[in-house]
Amino acid sequence: MVKKISELAAGKKHLRFMEVCGTHTVSIFRSGIRQILPDNVELVSGPGCPVCVTNDDYIDKAIAYSQQENFMIATFGDMLKVPGSRSSLSAAQSEGAEIKIVYSPLDCIKLAQDNPDKKIIFLAVGFETTAPTAAATVLAAKAQGIRNLFMLSAQKLVPPALKFLLNDSAVKVDGFLLPGHVAVIIGADAFNFLATDFKIPSAIGGFEAEEILSALLSLLEQIDGNRAEVSNNYRSVVKAEGNVAAKKILAQVYEVTDAEWRGMGKISASGLKMRDEFATFDIERVAPIDIEHVKKKNACRCGEVLRGIVKPIDCPLFGKACKPFHAVGACMVSVEGVCAAWFKYGGSNFKWEEKF
Amino acid sequence: MGRKILMAYGAGGKLSSELLHEIILPAFDNEILNELHDGAKIGRLAMTTDSYVVRPIFFRGGDIGKLSICGTVNDLAVTGAIPKYISVGVILEEGFDFDDLKKIVNSMAAAAKEAGVKIVTGDTKIVGRGQADGIFINTAGVGELIDGVDISAKKICAGMKILISGTIGDHATTILSERHGLELPENIKSDCAPLNKMIREILTVEPKISMLRDATRGGVAAVLNEIAQAANVGILIDEEKIPVREEVRGVCDILGFDVLELANEGKIIAIVPADSSEKILSVMKKNIYGVDAAEIGEVVKNSAGKVGLKTALGAIRIVDMPDGELVPRIC
Repeated sequence: MVKKISELAAGKKHLRFMEVCGTHTVSIFRSGIRQILPDNVELVSGPGCPVCVTNDDYIDKAIAYSQQENFMIATFGDMLKVPGSRSSLSAAQSEGAEIKIVYSPLDCIKLAQDNPDKKIIFLAVGFETTAPTAAATVLAAKAQGIRNLFMLSAQKLVPPALKFLLNDSAVKVDGFLLPGHVAVIIGADAFNFLATDFKIPSAIGGFEAEEILSALLSLLEQIDGNRAEVSNNYRSVVKAEGNVAAKKILAQVYEVTDAEWRGMGKISASGLKMRDEFATFDIERVAPIDIEHVKKKNACRCGEVLRGIVKPIDCPLFGKACKPFHAVGACMVSVEGVCAAWFKYGGSNFKWEEKF
Repeated sequence: MGRKILMAYGAGGKLSSELLHEIILPAFDNEILNELHDGAKIGRLAMTTDSYVVRPIFFRGGDIGKLSICGTVNDLAVTGAIPKYISVGVILEEGFDFDDLKKIVNSMAAAAKEAGVKIVTGDTKIVGRGQADGIFINTAGVGELIDGVDISAKKICAGMKILISGTIGDHATTILSERHGLELPENIKSDCAPLNKMIREILTVEPKISMLRDATRGGVAAVLNEIAQAANVGILIDEEKIPVREEVRGVCDILGFDVLELANEGKIIAIVPADSSEKILSVMKKNIYGVDAAEIGEVVKNSAGKVGLKTALGAIRIVDMPDGELVPRIC
């Protein structure tokens, strides 16, 4: 497969393929795919890590709720260290805020039952992959008459972000490696606009090294044949129509809304908001909180990293002021963050020195 | 706000090392401690200590009691010593179950018997409800260094082979699965075991083994990085040769962990002269705790201080020091 990729790439211009899933980013590093690709095939990472695209205001809000009497925050572990404008949930926790790490939003049901005198807020971030379980949690809470469980919702949608990137002239991408997990839920057809509206090749890929290579090969074949289509290279689990049941509960609980993305600003129709009939589970409607909007001033280039415009190593803070445990930017926080992955797997130095 | 201790300071990665070098070593500074091996060498004696706070306290393949004996026994054994005497300090939380304590103590006795060590002194303290989490155990151990054996990073040189005594990630997978409420696959259990007899057997056939480490916190990744830095050599391992159970790989995929970073409680890494590698491997494989032992790589001259992994695709990538808490992915 590597040989075929090299043959197809030979003589072509410099090609930039973007992966938009943190799991792909990590898998590419772990298996060493970059090191074996031809020099003119470059892999760039896009906004594929849910933690990374969550903006400061959201974190500030979560911290503000956590500091109120009788509130308990439930969250995925990755969120703890994400810097808000001034502090992080992790710092709030060491100062006494009650913050519990959960592995599924459904765990919050029990948390709510065990702590009837507390208001439990689940930090509902993520893409189409995690949104259905958050929706299922809301439905379960409603069915069981639970009144002390709420969502602080910032769920995001991948296709609008891709559209946004393609409309940004600074972003130069020749093809997309599409996220397999997201495609399982929304279906391969949800990406058809890439081929029809933008004439850009794309391939849905699994997460094993061979599956990623096969998707990359498919991108090269499309470029070679001057075609643009959505190739489904993850057929074992991705259907054209997606997961109908998951899409149904998503639509039952959520409606599409505009959303703020770190580094990209407001993207229209790129987020999910709870429908009015579930307003009693939306903490921002039950107990609105005001936070001061702070514009952070530092040299962090997360915004450009997330759009694939600069590499992590082009950021002046990378590996110096900004490291996984003293993260300045969100991309350095999550294990699936672009900068964290670059840092962990050797910064700019992917090459093991061969000379003796 | 002053700096506070975070959970990650205890995870055996970069922050643990920061804590050690910033606070602990400058205060206690002496030549024995500064060696930073799992056990201290004092004349012909080896000494070590460790505290055990595992949750859940009972897990498939062991419990906090067995762990507290095996861990200390193994730390002595990898120092090149024959473990002899153990001390036990127990901190109990008010309300702890009497029968559970009995089970734990019996399990310690059984592990000590298997390892051939005597528990010779101890202490018990009780603290109020909420002031500890059930039970914490500290053990310390003393052993006799084996004549003619010198386990030291200084002895490591290019060309030496790297052996692992069996499948990796079993202990952490067991603990994490139970903690995360994942159903634990049928044949996965903690590898918690006293390895002193196997270690003695391999040191008997080859006293010139340069390095022995048990791959506990931070897993193989942490141990190999420490060795590469201490010896100022490169270490190159081969992904396809590293024994990993299929089920462990599966759990890693679900939770987003790198199996190289997962803790083991019954696995040693040995760095051995190339010409006796096969001999040592066959001795390991005959011991019940070394059945799946394998040669996984070698010490190289290039990339001093770094660990490289040859992946299944044939690419080489860096294996970094794990940097802290294991957090599962969120999508």
